Amino acid sequence: MSVSDKIKEILAEQALLTPGDVTDDASLLDLGIDSLGVVEVIFAIEEEFSISVPFNANDPAASDFDISSVQAISNAVGQLITQQAS
Amino acid sequence: MSRRVVITGQGAFCALGQSADSVVGAMMNGECAIDRLEIPDVDRLSVQIGAQIKGYDPTAMFSRSEIALYDPFTQYALIAAQEAVAQSGLDFSDQLALQTGVVLGSAGGGLQTQDQSYKAVYEDGKNRVHPFVVPRLMMNAASSHVSMAHGAKGPCFTVATACASSNHAMGQAFQMVRSGMAKVMLTGGSDSMLCFGGIKAWEGLRVLSPDGCRPFCLSRNGMVQGEGAAVFVFEDYEHAAARGANILAEVAGFSMTADAADIVVPNEEGAARAMAASVNDAGLTADQIGYVNAHGTATAVNDKTEVAALRSAFGAAANGMAVSSTKSMHGHIMGGTGAVELLSCIAAVKDGILAPTVNVQDLDPACDLDIVMNSARETKVDAAISNAFAFGGLNAVITLKRFQ
Repeated sequence: MSVSDKIKEILAEQALLTPGDVTDDASLLDLGIDSLGVVEVIFAIEEEFSISVPFNANDPAASDFDISSVQAISNAVGQLITQQAS
Repeated sequence: MSRRVVITGQGAFCALGQSADSVVGAMMNGECAIDRLEIPDVDRLSVQIGAQIKGYDPTAMFSRSEIALYDPFTQYALIAAQEAVAQSGLDFSDQLALQTGVVLGSAGGGLQTQDQSYKAVYEDGKNRVHPFVVPRLMMNAASSHVSMAHGAKGPCFTVATACASSNHAMGQAFQMVRSGMAKVMLTGGSDSMLCFGGIKAWEGLRVLSPDGCRPFCLSRNGMVQGEGAAVFVFEDYEHAAARGANILAEVAGFSMTADAADIVVPNEEGAARAMAASVNDAGLTADQIGYVNAHGTATAVNDKTEVAALRSAFGAAANGMAVSSTKSMHGHIMGGTGAVELLSCIAAVKDGILAPTVNVQDLDPACDLDIVMNSARETKVDAAISNAFAFGGLNAVITLKRFQ
């Protein structure tokens, strides 16, 4: 399963949707995931990919981790996997 | 200005039953919910029994995101509160929300959440834990979630005084309604400490029984832990009467004292002062008290000290009081125990049925009061007291009377 598909699976579980309902351009708000839900999603991503995500819940916009859309999250996770592979 | 305080709703969830009616029914049938614990690593415990809630599926009651946020002690409190509020018929969508509060007791808070989190980082060597560990484990989680679920916007907090937590909580709620600070209070207590680390800690004190809870019995050898919650709606009588509410009982008095003596050993004088002052606060005399729900933990020292305290507080009138410990059936629910036990006091004054102390084989001569043994008793009771005596020497006694 690709990173993108796995991300969609995690988001779908959080949003009580099926992965097919999670489109690349959707925002977390579109999916109905609130601020607490975002924190759970970050945790699930870290567990799934064994990476550390630089997400600051105090000021998500200032984080070095783009959560503006499903595609952005997949891209960011892909980069983190590469960076943290060593 | 002093107002009358009445109970207009009750809800409960523990090993004896998953509603107030089923818990009271099981109590009156003398059922014992103590059984072998079903928890991870139980084989490494030297005490392997408890009054554990079984056959409970959280997903039938809560959504996935709610379960992620709710430790079991919060789940139990929410279930009990929902039942109590539904029975009361109250709706908090208007101004009443601002005059409604929540005070619950808990001794352990989210202990299971702490246990699992520490296991993950220490034993499993994980470097991250679920992001909701803190909001799950905090002592006020249950009170806060009950306030959110029902939109109660008045005073809201949690009382933590070990085994007296819910009696202290209900005492606070009573005083708030009586003083006019709130019209309605949702109050009671909740605990869920039946996990490996929780039981292990109690084993250390060597006060747990390995084979059963037998209050006032000559062969008693310690307490047995339970889990669960009970929540009540305490309401200003004028408010309840104006809306034609069904009134279950009147909360008439409350008192709390400190032994200022020993961190674990109970004290006759401190307990006696709390009992006498609670009855006095209710404007009653000892001969009007027909039933005592004892703290009755089934430790050697508690039960004989409690009986001595009853005699010391009430003199000859103690002989006219029927006494039972329902912990013999639902276990010691710690910070929730006084709340679950208040159910038996309500049944006593409302329906004239006294819950028994089960598992009594030979009554200890040092406990020579009218102990209701092994089966329920029908008798009219005008008023009842519920005792709770906590580690730390903290005593809290509530007096109920039949509503009339």
